[in-house]
Amino acid sequence: MTAAPAGYGRVLDLVTRVRGVRGAMLVAGDDGLVVAEQLMEGIKGPAVAALAASLASRLRRAMEAAGLGAGQFWHLQAEQGALLVVPAPSGVVVVAVAEADVNVGLVRLELLRAAEAVG
Amino acid sequence: MADDVKALSAELAQDPDSLVFLRLGELLRHKGQLDAAHRVALTGLERHPHLADAHDLYARILADKHDFERAFDEWDMTLRIAPDHLGALKGLAFLYFKVGDVPQAAAHLEAAQRVAPDDPGIAQALALAHGGEGGAGPASAPEPLAPSPAAQPLEEARVFAGLEGAEEGLLLLDPAGRVLGGALKDPAGRDVSDAVAAYLAGVSQEAGRTAKLLGLGTWTGLAAEGQHGHVHLTPPTGSALLLVVRERAVPMGRLAIIAQRAAVAARRWLEAQA
Repeated sequence: MTAAPAGYGRVLDLVTRVRGVRGAMLVAGDDGLVVAEQLMEGIKGPAVAALAASLASRLRRAMEAAGLGAGQFWHLQAEQGALLVVPAPSGVVVVAVAEADVNVGLVRLELLRAAEAVG
Repeated sequence: MADDVKALSAELAQDPDSLVFLRLGELLRHKGQLDAAHRVALTGLERHPHLADAHDLYARILADKHDFERAFDEWDMTLRIAPDHLGALKGLAFLYFKVGDVPQAAAHLEAAQRVAPDDPGIAQALALAHGGEGGAGPASAPEPLAPSPAAQPLEEARVFAGLEGAEEGLLLLDPAGRVLGGALKDPAGRDVSDAVAAYLAGVSQEAGRTAKLLGLGTWTGLAAEGQHGHVHLTPPTGSALLLVVRERAVPMGRLAIIAQRAAVAARRWLEAQA
């Protein structure tokens, strides 16, 4: 895995220690830039970060228009894996890339803890 | 002009909900400070997501940054909110010109001219589109300027017939963010189908791109938890998008089951329309 800057490493550890998680990132929600990452080799962090931030932004707008308030967790499901995201209060987005059979409930809890730690 | 930026910034700082961000964003754009303009426009959009002028401002900044795809999305959104928005009609005409789709460019210019018949810039651009006085423009003959066909009438009530929430929490969309069937109401009972559909335009493509980039294969669903409710998105066919919304008391797992059932109904309905 690629290294995360000091300080964020422990936050990302919360997520990556879950079995089936292939990597985790902190992404600036407004511009989609990677703040810190712990990713398996081969995952294109910056591109994934940009798309995740864009998706999060579209979803946020749609949910607000629907009167559902701010999004707290979202989960992109695919045939061979998943992308799970929790926005932190600061605007940073915590992202996990996982295998298809990951324990989604557990990853969600760790992402929420990580988001709380990021602030 | 720097003083203007300072004054407008101060005004905005004093009242972050103020619409002064529109003037500030435009001023920064004119000064070529595109990153600053981008930030101002985005912050404004977050506070005023249904304001057509905010989407128009953001689109112009994106166009200046040569991010034409997103500029198109934003102008498209502007027109969904305000169908006669002059800036968006001109902006889309500009983008259609850029990709060589002269008939679409002309159609948008015609629409713009109906809104502002005395605008010389529009007349000039139309002449260019028609291969007339502008000379250097595209020489192809104009398409008949019939209005674009609207989405097919809905028959929406039948799409999810018999399913729970068919008229308040199930929505079927086309890739351009138009409602194909179903309906969505907010917690106050207001119909928010069109607004939500517009915001979800392009989500299917982005989800697909993200999954592909991660080597995850085809995306099958997108679930989201909100403060006041849950959402599940799924592609019942390659291009359509199905949205299921329920209150927070409905667990996400159950929402996924409801979405699967609705997707079967949507698929059947879409096949019948083909």
